[in-house]
Amino acid sequence: MTRMEKPATFSRRSVLKASGALVVSLGAPITLEAVLGINAAHAQASATKPPLTPDQLSSFIAVNADGSVSAFFGKMDMGQGLFTAIGQMVAEELDVPFKSVKVIMGDTATSVNQGGASGSTGIQLGGKQMRVAAAEARRVLVELAAVKLSLPAEELTVTDGVVHAKSDPTKKASYAELIGGRYFNVPLAWNKEYGNPLYAPGQAKPKDPSQYKIVGKGLSREDIAPLVYCQQDYCTDVKRPGMLHARMIRPPVAGSVPVKVDETSLKDIPGAKFYLEKGFLAVYAEKEWDAIRASQALKVEWSQVPAPFVEQAALYDHIRKTPARKHEDEGKQVGNVEEAFRTAARVVEAEYEWPFQSHACMGPACALVEVTDAGVTCWTGSQKPHFVQNGIAGTIGVPREKVHVIWVVGPGSYGRSDADDAAMDAAVLSKATGRPVRVQYTREQGTGWDPKGPASIHRARAAIDASGQVIAYEFVSKGFSRVDVNTNGGQPHDTLAGHFRGVPLKSGDNFGIPAESYEFANKRTYWETIPPLLDRASPLRSSHLRDPVGPQIQFASESFMDEVAHALNVDPVEFRLRHVKDARDIAVIKAATEKAGWQSRPSPRRDQTGTKVTGRGMAYAQRNGTRVAIVAEVDVDRSTGKIFARKFTVAHDCGQIINPVGLKHTIEGNIIQGLSRTIWEETKFDTKSVTTVDWVSYPILDIMEMPEVIDIVLIDRPTVAPSGAGEPSMRPLSSAIANAIFDATGVRIRRVPFTPDRVRAAMS
Amino acid sequence: MARISLNVNGTAHTIDADPDMPLLYALRNDIGLNNPHFGCGLAQCGACTVHLDGQPIRSCVTPVSAVGNGKVVTLAGLGTPEKPHPIQKAYVEEQVPQCGYCINGWIMTAAALLNRNKKPSDAEIKNALTGLKCRCGTHMNIVRAVKRAAEMMG
Repeated sequence: MTRMEKPATFSRRSVLKASGALVVSLGAPITLEAVLGINAAHAQASATKPPLTPDQLSSFIAVNADGSVSAFFGKMDMGQGLFTAIGQMVAEELDVPFKSVKVIMGDTATSVNQGGASGSTGIQLGGKQMRVAAAEARRVLVELAAVKLSLPAEELTVTDGVVHAKSDPTKKASYAELIGGRYFNVPLAWNKEYGNPLYAPGQAKPKDPSQYKIVGKGLSREDIAPLVYCQQDYCTDVKRPGMLHARMIRPPVAGSVPVKVDETSLKDIPGAKFYLEKGFLAVYAEKEWDAIRASQALKVEWSQVPAPFVEQAALYDHIRKTPARKHEDEGKQVGNVEEAFRTAARVVEAEYEWPFQSHACMGPACALVEVTDAGVTCWTGSQKPHFVQNGIAGTIGVPREKVHVIWVVGPGSYGRSDADDAAMDAAVLSKATGRPVRVQYTREQGTGWDPKGPASIHRARAAIDASGQVIAYEFVSKGFSRVDVNTNGGQPHDTLAGHFRGVPLKSGDNFGIPAESYEFANKRTYWETIPPLLDRASPLRSSHLRDPVGPQIQFASESFMDEVAHALNVDPVEFRLRHVKDARDIAVIKAATEKAGWQSRPSPRRDQTGTKVTGRGMAYAQRNGTRVAIVAEVDVDRSTGKIFARKFTVAHDCGQIINPVGLKHTIEGNIIQGLSRTIWEETKFDTKSVTTVDWVSYPILDIMEMPEVIDIVLIDRPTVAPSGAGEPSMRPLSSAIANAIFDATGVRIRRVPFTPDRVRAAMS
Repeated sequence: MARISLNVNGTAHTIDADPDMPLLYALRNDIGLNNPHFGCGLAQCGACTVHLDGQPIRSCVTPVSAVGNGKVVTLAGLGTPEKPHPIQKAYVEEQVPQCGYCINGWIMTAAALLNRNKKPSDAEIKNALTGLKCRCGTHMNIVRAVKRAAEMMG
């Protein structure tokens, strides 16, 4: 509601705004209320920028002098199309052409902390905020136009960034005229939260989805051509005058520290030096090749420490036997599970195992930091630059407001990768040398020393009564924590620079439970975490890897649902539909299976002989509002153990769809990366350190193994607030494949990855 | 250190460098072409791929002294927005990359394939591209783009 709702109190002739002064024509009737209203409207535009705080509209939206719109976004696009989707949401609410909106991301000087890339919330939470900010900007612009045109706001509308009278398009004022080049000076109702929960709406209500013209369209990403024509720098490409190149030196045995560094080992390399601070060791030089040579030449004597890790073969036993550090009942606990199991006619139980996995980004992390007397600037590919700002402040002891962090697209990011560590290393080295320092990790460091997705075991059991009904279900996960180091590098205890310089990690406890809507008369779900193997600087420290703990939990829970269906000799989809209660869950299950032409019958099929067999499997999952069901059709070569995941049918419901083309590409990426994690990926280690350190020892999916078809069914729900898509479709993938392998062979694989050796061994 | 002459994207350059230094660092740091990327330094991923006399090579393991009089072409030299190579045009039209850090390997290798085989089958495309890495999982798009480029070159 605005004060401009009493049009009778003024007219265009009576009130004019000129040079910032209020001019009232002589003799014209005008009330005090109207004057106050006009002043209030004009105060909404300012020549000076209000503070960059979440309670200011100017922190999210600006109209430039040429009428184009800048949208300042405190989350990041990791390649899944957020530049486009957020631009669409902003353009829609502002009624401007899509092409006139530029989304500017991840610069701490221009955006507030909306949490960075995190948990598939780019649209769900980040877009939600940009939507209400853009709607508020439109409201204010219409109000400014009402004053300028002396027309009531209700009689105005907006077309392509021009406010005009509904009845007379010649009565108009463009956004550029109204505020172009100045700033909104408009307060928002900020909920006082930073990060993902940040929400700061204005007075305006966003549009009704039935009015959408831009949201829902499959517009193309405009950030692709600059990559293809080499016009876009990555964080690896940023250079500064006087920049030094650095390489980090990591210990051969995790936990050991340098005892002695032989300076003379660098004497033949021009300008090469090393920097040592407790366990933190780096070499640097003027030229990158000299830094690389120095990293190879440096002679270091390392402290003797006990080997910190268990044998890889004992990993799952270690998890099983180690007393839980934390036990958490989570989810809806129903009835009395123990009692039900006592009365059961039959019990089905199984245990599943998931390994440590690496982010293994396309390039190892790189960061550039320049420390000067005036302040600190950091260029990073980290998906959480606002937290990097905190991290640098704490790591090198400067006030946070003196640290400027600029996100520049990096070599992929799928969670808490090595990027945050590289930024802190560069900050330490720039402070020590007084020069801008570029730290480029090696492949070995990228794959061997990044924070890992946690290894875990999962136990499930179902109680079945004499009539064949499931009367109880229990599911427990036990593993390393998903927050051994936090999801960002915001504190010294969360990064290697902190650890190597003497700050032990503060391992937190978190895991999770299956995300589904199965209802049983008695149901219990809980998780347990165990402590890390090493208290600092561990190449096995665990943290968030894409869909943190989702694939492992759902691998177990959705494999188990098939095991129960098998025990009851029921079609696995039919079994699920008996117990799944959420209507949208049921809808994705039906959509995927109908599209895939699912034939109802129990698994396994028993009609195949010979070496090459085929099966189908289905699995489903929820994830923070999104639902995904996947049917996998898989060929298994029983002699080699090799799996070919020939076809996936994916039904995906993330509520309102902003951009169906970007969404499909995002789902395809999830399927391929999820397939890679399922059949190949396992971080291996010996008692001293991680031994998977490159693409040979840590293979990922090759193009020869890509599916023939990924058939995607998008369920659009325009009136349901959009939820995420960056991770959910990875979640049920492993179990869909495992269920298909079982259908083909009658053999249940309960440990990821499904490498040929493991599958072949399981067959024999 | 040695004086080394390089022909890159049709331009002659002379640099002072360790003869053992990989070509990648000459391109990125001495000549100022950022687009070949460092991905592994082990010839395992393809992010550093350039053409040497029309053949895709991994510049991260190719000593700069081994280039000799060969003509080096990087992704920037393959085509421009005004005069794109069909595979670049197809990459944009098919909206292939996510992070895009891998594209040098795929595009330069596909361009060489299309140069010798105008109508590759799916199997020939995959055979030509096997070993290259894409961590975001854009493989479906990549194959679509190579086929689209082949149609354009038709």
